[in-house]
Amino acid sequence: MNRNYDNQEFWRWTESRWENPTVSLEDANHITSGIDVGSVSSQAVVVADGQIYCYGNMRTGSNSPDSARNALRHALEGTGLTEDRIEYCIGTGYGRVNVPMADRTITEIACHARGANLIYGNDLRTVLDVGGQDCKAIRCNEKGKVTNFLMNDKCAAGTGRGMEVMADMLSVPITDLGERSFDIEKEPRPVSSTCVVYAKTEATGLLRSGWDVNEVLAGYCSAMAERIFSLIQRIGVEERFAITGGMAKNRGVIDRLVRIMDIEPMTTEWDPQIAGAAGAALFAHTLVEKGKGRDGEGK
Amino acid sequence: MDQRITAGIDCGSKTTKCVIVEGNDPIGIGLTSSGFDIKEAINRSLNDALCASNMDRECIERIGVTGAGAGNTEIVDIEINEIRAMGRGAVHFFPGATTVVDVGAEMARTARLSKNGNVEDFAMNEKCAAGAGAFIEAMSRALGVPLEDMGELANQSNNPIPMNAQCVIFAESEVVGQIHANTPVKDICRAIHDAMASRIASMIRRVGPMGTSDDDIVVMGGVALNTGFIEALKRELMVERLRIPRHPLIVPAVGAALIAREEGSD
Amino acid sequence: MIANYGYSDASGEYLITIDTDRCDGCGLCKEVCPAGVMELGDDESDPLNEVKVAIVLEGQRNRIGHTCKLAGCKPGKERCIEACAQGAIEHSF
Repeated sequence: MNRNYDNQEFWRWTESRWENPTVSLEDANHITSGIDVGSVSSQAVVVADGQIYCYGNMRTGSNSPDSARNALRHALEGTGLTEDRIEYCIGTGYGRVNVPMADRTITEIACHARGANLIYGNDLRTVLDVGGQDCKAIRCNEKGKVTNFLMNDKCAAGTGRGMEVMADMLSVPITDLGERSFDIEKEPRPVSSTCVVYAKTEATGLLRSGWDVNEVLAGYCSAMAERIFSLIQRIGVEERFAITGGMAKNRGVIDRLVRIMDIEPMTTEWDPQIAGAAGAALFAHTLVEKGKGRDGEGK
Repeated sequence: MDQRITAGIDCGSKTTKCVIVEGNDPIGIGLTSSGFDIKEAINRSLNDALCASNMDRECIERIGVTGAGAGNTEIVDIEINEIRAMGRGAVHFFPGATTVVDVGAEMARTARLSKNGNVEDFAMNEKCAAGAGAFIEAMSRALGVPLEDMGELANQSNNPIPMNAQCVIFAESEVVGQIHANTPVKDICRAIHDAMASRIASMIRRVGPMGTSDDDIVVMGGVALNTGFIEALKRELMVERLRIPRHPLIVPAVGAALIAREEGSD
Repeated sequence: MIANYGYSDASGEYLITIDTDRCDGCGLCKEVCPAGVMELGDDESDPLNEVKVAIVLEGQRNRIGHTCKLAGCKPGKERCIEACAQGAIEHSF
């Protein structure tokens, strides 16, 4: 698989784009797109006959309509596909009202379940999505249809933002955070404050009392893993289980969470951050197939 | 009246307060930054209070400690639960108090008092920075307004706007967004205080019915000095008057000193 | 499908749970809610279906611990629960 990482680290998250070499557009009946504008990052996915053709993932910035435009442009770069060939577009995520090219919007829970089902396969029954400013636990069936969900977007603890604040304070690049948290002699106790603001104060105290930065990272990741675990316990976990969202890339939290849960999560070769946009593109495909696309006439 | 001289020490996350009480009055106060060493802060605050009251250590019959100072038993004679200390201190200054609220830097507590000043029910927040002074401090940094000016600035606004974020971290982003949208700073400031007051009022309502004419609500702690917060809290609770002690930071320490005296067996 | 709207923080867990398999979209919960937090919206398990089900308004989900109480709805006597003939709604607080 040929991944093309543009290593522009706007505020430390890596941006990426990818084109599927096995999908040919010539034979495609329907080309649709989904755009997920999150509070921290935005993704655009183009689907051809139900298969992912290309995607782009970038920092949202100030959540203007440009975030959606840039994400789609990033996805299409170098593919030869032009926007006018996209038959239907669905916007999702926190900033879905700011997707000017969307024909309609669908809420993010539904899109995430549907997209995760495509990305991980239909054994998937429980998805944990840890994003920039929220954390969602979703149960779904073999078709990616939601059966139960719970979301936290009230509190920064356990979200990507919470992680960024800590990384910033400790001057550790967020992409190094996970690995450094395991570069320790012994796993320390979790920090006792869930609240990111108080955890920062606690971290200062720990550093003064002799903990090194990696140990503090370990303690914080541990506390975050426990917080996320209690969220997911509320709706119960049925196997198989997968983790999506920006935090899925943070080994420091995810490896510890998996240890607590004692369940082997599914893996994917796709970028798990694209689940929402992929789901949106698939819903778009369903609409177009049923003749409910832009023209509204049967096909 | 029991004329023994006692001291009460309240160990807060930001400030450690020591009050020396003789008879009915605080006669010496010591306030010091808590820092990271509780024991040191306790000693410093005690020495400052002794200096202020022109007393020697030997004059103090008993020392009571409340707050995070539990476990420091070398100089301390009695450890007192912080809710009790808060209630006892409030009733000392306001004998008719029915509800007490203490909003500090990193915690907020409230208690409903019975007619004889005992604690009937209480609620605390020690886990979430949005429900404590840390919220206003963080917002003052995000706005670039000195903390001591926040309250007055808020009171200059007649335009309430809702604040969506309930978390310090998310609120910082929201404030930055409002600044970019050219919302007047005083309106943003008011929104910050309204949001804070809404959370504190919610906590107060958890401990008992409100809205009777017998309600006598005492508000203490560092945040009680913030006039913007007090006005917002009055609006939220729909009361005309809130009781603010002249020295809002020392009330639990006074309570601790009184309990140390009242429960001293020497 | 079980939809849990709300949050859990230091003061407790505040969730309004709606079972959309039971909800028939009658809208009574929205009418009787004194705090105005209920609405009719997309079913997350079937968003392409035009039939709407009961949801908690997005802007309200993080405040239900405050707004429900402020509006006077008491635990055990929630207006929305009483109004729902299908028993589709639960409160955790």
